[in-house]
Amino acid sequence: MTALGSPSVGSGTRPSRAGAAAASLARRPWGLYVAVAFALLLAVAAFAPQALTVHAPTAIDYGAALKPPSFAHWFGTDESGRDLYTRVVWGARESLLIGLGAAAVGVITALILGSIAALGPKPAAVVVDRFVEVMFAFPALLLALLLIAIAGPSAATEIFAVGLGTAPGYARMIRGQILGAKNSGYVEAATALGHSRWRIIRAHILPNALRPLVAVFALSVGQSIVWASSLSFLGLGVAPPSSEWGALLDAGRAYITQAWWLVVVPGLVIVAVALAATTIGRHLQTRLEKGER
Amino acid sequence: MTHTSPSSETVAVSAPAPGSAPIGAEPRRPRRTRRVLLTIGRKVVSAVIVLWGAATVAFFAQLALPGDRATAILNIRAGQAQQRTPAELAQINEQYGLHRPVIVQYFDYLRGLVVGDFGSSYQQYRPVTAIIGEQLGATVTLSLTAIVFAWVLMIVWVTITAGRGPRVGALGSTVDVVAAGLPAYWLGIILLLVFGLGLRWFPIIGGTGVNGLILPALTLAIPLAGFMAQSTRAEFERALEQPFVLSARMRGMGEWGIRLRHVLRHAVIPAITLSGWALGATLSGAVIVESIFSRPGIGSVLVGAVNNQDLPVVVGIVTLVAVVYVVANLLVDIVYTIIDPRLDLS
Repeated sequence: MTALGSPSVGSGTRPSRAGAAAASLARRPWGLYVAVAFALLLAVAAFAPQALTVHAPTAIDYGAALKPPSFAHWFGTDESGRDLYTRVVWGARESLLIGLGAAAVGVITALILGSIAALGPKPAAVVVDRFVEVMFAFPALLLALLLIAIAGPSAATEIFAVGLGTAPGYARMIRGQILGAKNSGYVEAATALGHSRWRIIRAHILPNALRPLVAVFALSVGQSIVWASSLSFLGLGVAPPSSEWGALLDAGRAYITQAWWLVVVPGLVIVAVALAATTIGRHLQTRLEKGER
Repeated sequence: MTHTSPSSETVAVSAPAPGSAPIGAEPRRPRRTRRVLLTIGRKVVSAVIVLWGAATVAFFAQLALPGDRATAILNIRAGQAQQRTPAELAQINEQYGLHRPVIVQYFDYLRGLVVGDFGSSYQQYRPVTAIIGEQLGATVTLSLTAIVFAWVLMIVWVTITAGRGPRVGALGSTVDVVAAGLPAYWLGIILLLVFGLGLRWFPIIGGTGVNGLILPALTLAIPLAGFMAQSTRAEFERALEQPFVLSARMRGMGEWGIRLRHVLRHAVIPAITLSGWALGATLSGAVIVESIFSRPGIGSVLVGAVNNQDLPVVVGIVTLVAVVYVVANLLVDIVYTIIDPRLDLS
């Protein structure tokens, strides 16, 4: 997070208090506030895109084709004169759904695999552990491409491909978390008290091991949106009539020599979303770690 | 981790904790050698198991095409779904050995992999190894160039910005995080717009010479540099606090001398252990970069094969990258085991 210069405060306060207030303002996590505000804006775009736009996302106007960004068209227009800002806003729902869906698929798969590897009966644990290690040998993008080659490109395949592609990494992390909790003093104490295995797992191990999952999920949403848009960009995800951000970028590539905004703007939006998700995720991570101590 | 003055040349470059070697390490030599060999043996066995698992996943992925496989292959070739005559199917079954039991096909596949046979393409009527072989050189060149670029960028950036007070440090690590998070497809497009279309320093598409290599390699190198810089920076700042830095300062060594000759050696260790991962990341990133810059290579072959559902080619390339990744990690691990003095203690 960048440290901003101490911003000026209202003139009514005394100098010493103003100084203290300025110092505390500078210490605030501004990056986080920006990220949360951006996330709220995205939520509005996803639920009620018409609240943020005046044009229709499919309104074609050949007279205004390939116009650079201006007051009338904030992000410029595409080859059919469609307003890019409107398309980006209307694309938010699909892009976020794919990101959230993929993150959910990835984290849930990882949770199942990680729990079995850490808590399951010995043979199952060994097999799952090895399986995760094998899947980890395939880079996430290639695993996703393999799944798409089998199932054919579509939004659903994209969600599962990205989710399953990223799952092995998270599974390893979750397994480590659970093992850490399993070997801790409080579990030993509970065992000594004669609590049953299930009760210990339910009441002690899972709550402690899974608390970081909230942060992992936030980080994963950002990652998933980037991965999913990579697939659309390669023409292997959602197809161009959709205004999913990766698809917008892919469609814009054909006009790269005439209309830079068609590729720069959707990419910038994806980067901003990924950064916001990372900022929120990291913040949650440090808060949770502090809470544990 | 303890750090002593890196006086012993070779060890200090890559060993993580030279300070913890026990007194009287000399008489223990034979035991250490045995232990090192045992550890390496265990790692090799475990890598072989992972490779076998990867091959198994790859084999079953090819079975996962919906419907009858021979029909699927014919439909993939024709680009349309239709009913096939038994005669057509019999020919395909014969050619790909699909009429035999799955378990026989599986062992055949494994035997093929060991001798370097990845099967034949559904679409191009050629062995997968020939298709990969033609394109591999371009991708490996790209991947290795990107890793070299990443190291140069990372070392320069970290050496300049690490441990320079809160402002510069914050700027440094923010740049690391942002660079690591940049999606390759977008970064590539920006580089293309600025240096290819705007400044016209580099060819826009399909440059085959050295000039055509720079932008694609940078596209892979910048996120990689950001990633490696995060761990190097943490280690760099830790090393700057060590007594050997103080002692070097007392000997009158300049700030740059200390950073370059002493601190950097400790700081790059985590990044070296990421080498195997970096190779895998650049090889899979090549898929996107080759598509942006219209470069030949296994990445563009892979995208084409995924589009056509040409599974033997897809599986061949994916398996190859997995093998490279596993073997590179194994090598890093082995080197690490050999030079890690802590094995004396365990």
